[in-house]
Amino acid sequence: MASMMPSWGRYPPARQHVLRVHDRFAPLPHFEGHALPRGNGRSYGDVCLDDGGTLLDARGLDRFIEFEANNGVLRCEAGVLLSEILELCVPRGWFLPVVPGTRFVTVGGAIANDVHGKNHHRVGSFGCCLRAFELLRSDDTRKICSREENPDWFAATIGGLGLTGLITWAELQLQPLRNAWFDTETVRYDTLEDFFALSDESAEAWDYTVAWVDCTARGKALGRGVFSRGNHAYIAPHAREPHEGRLKIPFTPPFSLVNGASLRAFNALHFRRAPRTVRRATQHYRPWLFPLDGIRNWNRMYGPRGFLQYQCVLPPHVARDATRELLERIAASGTGSFLAVLKQFGTIASPGLLSFPRPGTTLALDFANRGRGTFELLDKLDETVAAAGGAVYPAKDARLTGVRFRQYFPAWRQFSEFIDPAFSSGFWRRVVQ
Amino acid sequence: MSGKRILIVGATSAIAEATARLFAARGDALYLLARDRARAHAIAQDLKVRGATTVHSAELDVADFSAHARAIERAFAAMDGLDIALIAHGTLPNQARCDMDIDYALREFAVNGTSTIALSNLIAQKLQAQGHGMLAVISSVAGDRGRAGNYLYGAAKAAVSTYLSGLRQRLNKQGVNVLTIKPGFVDTPMTAQFKKGALWATPEAVARGIMRAMDRRRSVAYLPPFWWVIMAVIRAVPEFVFRRMKL
Repeated sequence: MASMMPSWGRYPPARQHVLRVHDRFAPLPHFEGHALPRGNGRSYGDVCLDDGGTLLDARGLDRFIEFEANNGVLRCEAGVLLSEILELCVPRGWFLPVVPGTRFVTVGGAIANDVHGKNHHRVGSFGCCLRAFELLRSDDTRKICSREENPDWFAATIGGLGLTGLITWAELQLQPLRNAWFDTETVRYDTLEDFFALSDESAEAWDYTVAWVDCTARGKALGRGVFSRGNHAYIAPHAREPHEGRLKIPFTPPFSLVNGASLRAFNALHFRRAPRTVRRATQHYRPWLFPLDGIRNWNRMYGPRGFLQYQCVLPPHVARDATRELLERIAASGTGSFLAVLKQFGTIASPGLLSFPRPGTTLALDFANRGRGTFELLDKLDETVAAAGGAVYPAKDARLTGVRFRQYFPAWRQFSEFIDPAFSSGFWRRVVQ
Repeated sequence: MSGKRILIVGATSAIAEATARLFAARGDALYLLARDRARAHAIAQDLKVRGATTVHSAELDVADFSAHARAIERAFAAMDGLDIALIAHGTLPNQARCDMDIDYALREFAVNGTSTIALSNLIAQKLQAQGHGMLAVISSVAGDRGRAGNYLYGAAKAAVSTYLSGLRQRLNKQGVNVLTIKPGFVDTPMTAQFKKGALWATPEAVARGIMRAMDRRRSVAYLPPFWWVIMAVIRAVPEFVFRRMKL
């Protein structure tokens, strides 16, 4: 059955057959041409698309296999959502060491994109809490991969964009947890310099740090924003678990709701509403770690043409100047998003060959797809990132040129030896051409 | 005793699995019967992690009628009696092939109709002897009226629904409740080849409906409930009109 099954950014368009996988013991379903495993389709661009090919929809692989409640080792099938793991483990006193900004991603997707969270500086990326997994190849062979067994396949598959085979199950090391709450602090800051100062000052004592940045601010206010930091709470408050809102964007509006005027208004308001001095609060993990999960289908906000997300990392020694240059370019364009994020990555290396996270400063934001102007702006941003020796995150990309990709990920040639001959993706065909 | 003791026949079906997860989450004890041993074992492991107090799984091919009695006997023995038995197995026969190949049609009728009746009969005897319990069986809205597109399947489900109606009357005074579950279109591997529209429900939604119907000791549950309205209209169409309709 041909289906649209778009990515989260709803760009680029793609048509592909969808075959469901729901039995981890069965061989891959039969397909013609090329195929690509698909989790929950929450990556933004075309790493989860296979135009003209087949998607192996692995959401049906959603069974837990074993949970060792004494040491926090969880084995489950690869289509299980991180949200399902959290619902199961939090009441039993365990937490996922690494969660991205949405909990509605599958374990397989989290491995394939080697996702990271607000605590990267403390625990590294998703690959760091991964103990083992099974890889099913199109020739019907299976490989158990871990740091000890098939370590080269382990490294290639972490951040391997689903191209090395279908992950059927994975084994994760969870971390012990006292309760479902976070002690948090929020404070607004006025300059980019302040962001770096706050990040440095918070890195020791705070497990989770992140900043919202006003991507419309220019001149002296460039880089201003709201800094948040949090730690797992020692003591749970005497509060009821917050009810997650039923907010959702019910249909796709005919045009993007994010435009120059709404962007400036929202960002100015959001900045002014933030506390001038440090505000402490105890917040439940759901709204604090996953604020956007509270608005279902928020991606529809950008209208029928969709949007492009841009996330890059800039190495520490040039991070200040390069971040400033990027923010200047973005502010001058008058485009950007309500939610732009700045964060300092730490130095813990991922086992993944094509992993994105690396030491430095990462900036992430959306751009409504306005055609050529948007793509030209992103190409300009790439000039800065490339000159700084940084990289762009494939999980969020839909337009990177092959030259840039190969520059950002020099291990790509070594990686390509591990690709399943029957697997491909829109992203991969684009960047290796 | 904390949880309920539950038997599921056809435990690898999508609706059965979704329902079993709800049983597991509230700490019930489960006994799974399925044809595919490996998949049943995978589901048993999953249910254990999700909170089921105990999970057994055993092999049963419902088309092998001679194996029924022993399988049911063992389930009741292993669980020391049962509170709920859910019969959920089924296939979706290819009607065009049924039209041309009567052997195939009768085999499919046996799987979807006769085997369900046979198992219902066996389980009912056991529950009657216990003096309590619930038999819940997944029939289908397709059994409410024969349509050109799937009347072999519909006829089998009609037989099941009618049998359960009589069984319910018979057991009414015996403390045993019989629940006929009639799902509409459900998005499962069994229906993977169909285009999905607004009438389609997820197995999870149907599972929640099954739990509600069980808790309320209902007799018949259309799931989602709007199917009751649709089927009432379809049943009311006079035959001389219905024969010309394309449904």
